[in-house]
Amino acid sequence: MLTKSAAKTFFLGGTALCSIAFVLLTMDTLAQFPDRSNQEKMTPAVVRGNHIWTKNNCMGCHTLMGEGAYYAPELTKVMDRRSPEWIAEFLKDPERMYPGRRKMVKYAMFDPAEVGAEEAKKNVDDIVAFFTWVGEIDLNGFPAEPDMAQAPRAQATDVPPSSSLAKAPVYFSTVCIGCHAVGGQGGQVGPALDGVASRLDADFMRKWISDPQSVKPGTTMPDLGLEGEDLEAILDYLATLKE
Amino acid sequence: MQYKSQKIAWYFFAACMGLFSLQLIYGFILGFDRMGYDVLHDWIPFNTARATHTNLLVVWMLTGFMGAAYYIIPQESGRELWSTRLAWIQYYSLLLVGVVAVAGYHFNIWEGRKFLEIPRPLDYLVVVNVLAFLLNLFMTIWKGKNKSTTAMVLFFGLLMAALLYLPGMYTFDNIVHDSYFRWWVVHLWVEGVWELIMGAILSFLLIKLTGVDREIIEKWLYIIVGFTFLSGILGTGHHYYYTGAPGYWLMVGGIFSALEPLAFLGMALYAIAMARRGGRNHPNKLALMWTIGCAVMSFVGAGFLGFAHTLPQVNMWTHGTLVTAMHGHMAFWGAYAMLILAMITYVLPEMTGRKLFKGWIPEWAFWLSNIGMIAMTGAFAVMGVAQVYMERKSGMDFLEVQESLEVHAFGLVLAAGLFTLGIVLFIRNFCAYGLPNDEVLEG
Repeated sequence: MLTKSAAKTFFLGGTALCSIAFVLLTMDTLAQFPDRSNQEKMTPAVVRGNHIWTKNNCMGCHTLMGEGAYYAPELTKVMDRRSPEWIAEFLKDPERMYPGRRKMVKYAMFDPAEVGAEEAKKNVDDIVAFFTWVGEIDLNGFPAEPDMAQAPRAQATDVPPSSSLAKAPVYFSTVCIGCHAVGGQGGQVGPALDGVASRLDADFMRKWISDPQSVKPGTTMPDLGLEGEDLEAILDYLATLKE
Repeated sequence: MQYKSQKIAWYFFAACMGLFSLQLIYGFILGFDRMGYDVLHDWIPFNTARATHTNLLVVWMLTGFMGAAYYIIPQESGRELWSTRLAWIQYYSLLLVGVVAVAGYHFNIWEGRKFLEIPRPLDYLVVVNVLAFLLNLFMTIWKGKNKSTTAMVLFFGLLMAALLYLPGMYTFDNIVHDSYFRWWVVHLWVEGVWELIMGAILSFLLIKLTGVDREIIEKWLYIIVGFTFLSGILGTGHHYYYTGAPGYWLMVGGIFSALEPLAFLGMALYAIAMARRGGRNHPNKLALMWTIGCAVMSFVGAGFLGFAHTLPQVNMWTHGTLVTAMHGHMAFWGAYAMLILAMITYVLPEMTGRKLFKGWIPEWAFWLSNIGMIAMTGAFAVMGVAQVYMERKSGMDFLEVQESLEVHAFGLVLAAGLFTLGIVLFIRNFCAYGLPNDEVLEG
């Protein structure tokens, strides 16, 4: 029968062996990190973006590389889904983009009205640089593409714009496209806008974009405070989308 | 209780009860957020509540381990604590650091690294605090009459826990690097040295409650902590699959973490076997119930549910979903919360001389909290699996998926209510015992 001292030897020996193996693997892993994480692309902007990420405990809601709190979206590949313009618009006031839905803290550092246009843009650029860098880390295939999806997901970017989308103003092709699709490209949250001008008149669209809640209370269509030239450019573009 | 200085353990356990209660309150805030009632968002956003919830857990468990050590080490060493004064200083400073850290989270003051959110200056205070604690234990063992295996394993576990806190104080600009060493703390604590502490406290309780020969209990203690480290150290690899580390971690982490349930199964079988073997009919049946319950629930929560998503081909889909919360809740409850509650249930009659372990209150405390936790785990499982299939496998929009899970979050909150009722009864019983006193000292 096993004696106490044999049991002790098993414990100490096993622990020592495993610890040595773990240290050796760690040394090899550390040697591979610069290459796997493209450390040479870690610009000062990336590092500043990283600090914004940790200083505000973003992983207390979001996940990044799958690590975090599953209360807000996984952001490893966020740059495949969202344009820098969309992110800037969203961070300015997150609740405005998702009215009545799960809330995100509004950080003053991203709001031109609070810290000035230059500072807000710098902070957005930093966080975008950070996400762009994270998106290129070799994560052994994570996150996997959905393998049970009914239809391939429409991509917001990385696809050459179709003829109708090519004429769109920048604001439309970077922000609106996050939810609406034109010519089969864009998000699926809101309705596709092909032929919208044949269905809705210009006055309605102006009112709808300027103040969605007054037209349809409880709608998820955000009021992004569009006015002046930006609004006119979008309305002009929508008017061309006829069937 | 044999030594006056052991009484300090009571104050650590009382602090445990307070911090645990606060943790539950923040748990409810999180639960209501998930139901869609994020009414406190402007004052306590989700990330604040979440950091507070998990940090309070860590603090109350460490406080509980310290209380257990202050009781066990003098008993096993056969002498008074080396310095009661130092223990008191350590007690108040620990609570102060804990409270300041948690308060800071409400003002966006933290290091946003999951589980290790405590800001740097406070980290140093924690280190000093733990050094004072370890010094006190070390001197007590050193000058003591006996150096029992149980005391040595407990001390070694606490010492390793302190040493492993250090890699987490190192931050890197490269998050891949940062994440790698963050797990040295988090994983090697809860799936390594904390299990050592758990094994030692379990063996102390089994020696006292079952009357089985110390040599036999301590022999098996070595075997079990041996298995823990055999599987747990290289099992750290299951955190390295998809966080930037090389591909061989999928193999290493997969194989070794698949062995982790064996250590927990061993722990459960060991506790049950010793209880069956024991000739002594200890009157404190409830302490034995919590002890066996701890060993069994830690196998289910940490061993079985951990295994459920530890293999890389499964983890590819479940990594970063509520499946983790399912495993996490029952694992911490079974392995560490129940252990501390077992210790408290054993220690209170010894310290106060009152025998309040019979009756409906302590018994319902046991059953309601366990049934509540099982139901909570079920609710998290439903939410987690649904999230995996809708969001990860089918590619549905994140918010849409989360909104469809709100109804299950309601189920979660109901189950948490049952759990909380159990804990309230436990604390009610804790209060009924009153303060420890010297009249019960055994000659």
